[in-house]
Amino acid sequence: MATDIIIHDKKDNVGVVVIEKIAPKQDCACWIMEDDSSTNIQSVDEIPLGHKIAMVDLKEGDTILKYGHDIGKVVKSIKKGEHVHVHNVKTKKW
Amino acid sequence: MEIPKSFLGYKRENGRAGTRNHVIILPVDDISNACAEAVANNIKGTIALPHSYGRLQFGADLELHFRTMIGTGCNPNVAAVIVIGIEPKWTKKIVDGIAKTGKPVEGFHIERTGDIGTTMKASKKAQEFVMWASEKQREECPLSDLWISVKCGESDTTSGLAANPTVGNLMDKLEPLGVHLCFGETSELTGAEQVCATRGATKEASEKFMKTWSSYNDFILKEATDDLSESQPTAGNIAGGLTTIEEKAFGNFQKIGNCKFIDVLEPAEEPTKGKGLYFMDTSSAAAECVTLQAAAGFNIHLFPTGQGNIVGNPIEPVVKLTANPLTVKGMGEHIDCDVSKILSREMNLSEAGDELIKTTLRVANGRLTCAEALGHKEFVMTKLYRSA
Repeated sequence: MATDIIIHDKKDNVGVVVIEKIAPKQDCACWIMEDDSSTNIQSVDEIPLGHKIAMVDLKEGDTILKYGHDIGKVVKSIKKGEHVHVHNVKTKKW
Repeated sequence: MEIPKSFLGYKRENGRAGTRNHVIILPVDDISNACAEAVANNIKGTIALPHSYGRLQFGADLELHFRTMIGTGCNPNVAAVIVIGIEPKWTKKIVDGIAKTGKPVEGFHIERTGDIGTTMKASKKAQEFVMWASEKQREECPLSDLWISVKCGESDTTSGLAANPTVGNLMDKLEPLGVHLCFGETSELTGAEQVCATRGATKEASEKFMKTWSSYNDFILKEATDDLSESQPTAGNIAGGLTTIEEKAFGNFQKIGNCKFIDVLEPAEEPTKGKGLYFMDTSSAAAECVTLQAAAGFNIHLFPTGQGNIVGNPIEPVVKLTANPLTVKGMGEHIDCDVSKILSREMNLSEAGDELIKTTLRVANGRLTCAEALGHKEFVMTKLYRSA
């Protein structure tokens, strides 16, 4: 079954685009690897292969979860369906 | 898939087995590179391993230099060794270290003879060695003679999604069969270090890991002018969608599957606790890491990549795999194993792990890797601090 976005863990609030790119306002099929379940999301931005999409609305200071683990903090609020990357998320290490 | 119980390797004098049959010309120091390369140019079928160091090093840095030199010569992928240094003392130390394996090794020093005379003497011995080695045949060796090291590079999110978990799947299947396994990259576990520590097989192993990681982190905090955000993640990582070092670390960590590590090794240290998974304290720079793992005796390397790292090693074959379909399309000549069908849900992780096992065995049996065919021979010494 084809998928546009893969999510590692049920707890994750981001997914990864696995097709060449998704267009704005595209209805995307998502596969949650952990329990082999499916879900859907409509994109806001154009997002290339390998980049992340927000599965929920996120506000400044929120923690990004991927692999079920903390991978950084939100530094600029993000709407569900928007591109998540270095412009709105930073490491908590430094 | 039923996993084959053996592969065809070269049996060595000390009981180890090689996947390759190299005769190497090993310079002790930077200024002996020219002579080593002249010998390798004279005698076909030999390979010189030029590098940048070996003069005025001291303390732990010098010890690491000797460990890397001697370990490289001792690797079972090497049939015989010519060692060439500027002066006799360090040259002899390396020759003596390699000779313990029982393989043919001879040293030459350049002082009082010069490049031309040394090249002539060393070439005669190299010719003898390579003709002797050329008669060695591959024989059936148990799978447990495989020592597999892993390291990922030019990672992107497809590495953490699919290519690294494929390596983890292979580890889960091969660890029970008695192979040695090794992962490293101390810096690139930053962000996942607490979770990684829980994967020590014993309390001692976990504590040793945290001590190693903390000592690295203290060094970064002391030496760094700002932080690692300019180099970790790399520009290539960011282009591929990786945002933070934590995200990269958890992706990296997928490579060990569900295995637990039994010990923590110094850079280039040979494992001595028997079969199983080891963590080695290494840089995350590809060529440095593979060079250290090869010097510890690992005889085949698995290298998952996202955006397409192209590294090779002169003595340890480096098998590349990727799950990024754009990398397969754009630079397929570097990819030994394509697992991009995981992303389209046409292949599951177990099937991908089986594909990687098949590729690994073909390479162990003698099939050239992409990096070997393309001439990648990156031999890069790790330097701990500046020389005297």
